[in-house]
Amino acid sequence: MANLRPLLRRSEFDLAHDSLRDLNLYLHKQAAQDGVSQIEVKNPDGAHSIACGLDADLDVQIHGHVGYYVAGMNKHASVTVHGNAGPGAAENMMSGRVHIRGFASTAAGASAHGGLLIIDGDASLRCGISLKGADIVVGGSVGSFSAFMAQAGRIVICGDAEDALGDSLYEAVIYVRGKVRSLGADARFEPMTDADRTALKALLAQSGLAHDPAEFRRVASAKSLYHWHADADQEY
Amino acid sequence: MCGIVGLLVKNPALRNQLGALMVPMLVGMTERGPDSAGLAVYTTPVSERHHKLSLYSGENAVDWSELLSRIAADFAHSHEITAQGNHAVLISAADPDLLMAWFARNAPMVAVLSVGQSIDLYKDVGAPADIADRYAFKSLRGSHLVGHTRMATESAVTPAHAHPFTAGRDFCLVHNGSLSNPHLVRKRLEPLGIEFETDNDTEAACRFFEWRLREGDDLKTAVQRGFSELDGFYTFLMGTDQELLIVRDAFACKPAVVAETDDYVAIASEFRSLAHLPNISHATLFEPKPEEIYSWRI
Repeated sequence: MANLRPLLRRSEFDLAHDSLRDLNLYLHKQAAQDGVSQIEVKNPDGAHSIACGLDADLDVQIHGHVGYYVAGMNKHASVTVHGNAGPGAAENMMSGRVHIRGFASTAAGASAHGGLLIIDGDASLRCGISLKGADIVVGGSVGSFSAFMAQAGRIVICGDAEDALGDSLYEAVIYVRGKVRSLGADARFEPMTDADRTALKALLAQSGLAHDPAEFRRVASAKSLYHWHADADQEY
Repeated sequence: MCGIVGLLVKNPALRNQLGALMVPMLVGMTERGPDSAGLAVYTTPVSERHHKLSLYSGENAVDWSELLSRIAADFAHSHEITAQGNHAVLISAADPDLLMAWFARNAPMVAVLSVGQSIDLYKDVGAPADIADRYAFKSLRGSHLVGHTRMATESAVTPAHAHPFTAGRDFCLVHNGSLSNPHLVRKRLEPLGIEFETDNDTEAACRFFEWRLREGDDLKTAVQRGFSELDGFYTFLMGTDQELLIVRDAFACKPAVVAETDDYVAIASEFRSLAHLPNISHATLFEPKPEEIYSWRI
């Protein structure tokens, strides 16, 4: 008689014993073949490049702190880190969702093209640097030079920002709730529109945050650097 | 790229385990610094009349007891030496400056790695795990330590270029990063009679801070001055006989994580060097903010 219960669609890796390479190979190839969609990872202990380069509809739960480049280049998958992340979390993400329950080190979401990166705690310097279309929601504060040269996408900062927020911004938009120590070159505060409030409300809801969109300010590019000014002061 | 590690035990019962707790930290930073490694450990100080000198002979075979008798012939003070291969610790009541001059003249194959009353210093080229074995780092005891694994980017791979750097008494510094104005710093310090042993950028920072300490600054004030004097990328970890201090430059390109419990403060370039520490899951973890000075006293 056929087993009527669904097959076990969950798998577990313990990086105290299993190799990182085996884990990532499994996530890249075997998981989809086995019909496994939920993968638990124990004892990450700061290892680099965990769950990098995923390209499938997986739910990866990592229990502990991770090192560099967790969920880098992520496509389709949902990766949750129940801990802190090292530099470059979700860098170059294409789609999907990455959730850091603790704090994230420098360059979180760097160059990410799509998807949603949620950081419950603080993000360090250069969060969302060169952002290319992804959304980043930071529950805490961000360090200096965040959103530097961000080209597209949205960054929501529920806490404060350090120096040079949005320096040399292109078309990305920043929503910041707390204090901004300084704006970067060409970044400026702009009035919130109804479209901003609607978009922000949706991002906050997706991130499980209950803040009132009315508490946020919009930062975007003044676009004064878009064109070369021969007469401008060229001293740096 | 380099790796840094620091450990200060608040609970005196852990002083016997200082080395054992540290070795996995240092070895954990091998990928960041595979070419050389070093360590300064602060032990129970010798008596006020004495100083300790960490000595290193590299590939030269040195008969340490013969060396001790030559020292005894020239200095009418009490001396003792504890040797381990090409490394030895000399405890002496003689003036350490005179001893250093004596070594330069009479035993040039022996490098004086550190001088002080608490500090013991080890550094060598090779993989961190091999160096840890070579000098039995596991058995080291003390209150705090400063360690480094090096991947050379701006000067040669030699024991002298390995970190920690020392200057003066009981002061050491390790560095992850690179300075862009070490020659300017050096040009400023050399006319003051400050001598350099290498062309390494970190040595400039080490001698700058030690000069400020001798000029009466406390360590935090000296580091504060460094913000305008030292240009480049750095995470610096420093030790004195009383203190462990970490600071990152304004851009914080070089990583650092601090884990603090009731028993210890542990610092490393990355969490993976802290993951094995006891009770780490209950430690307070944070990354030092740029240009903020964090220090802990024993």
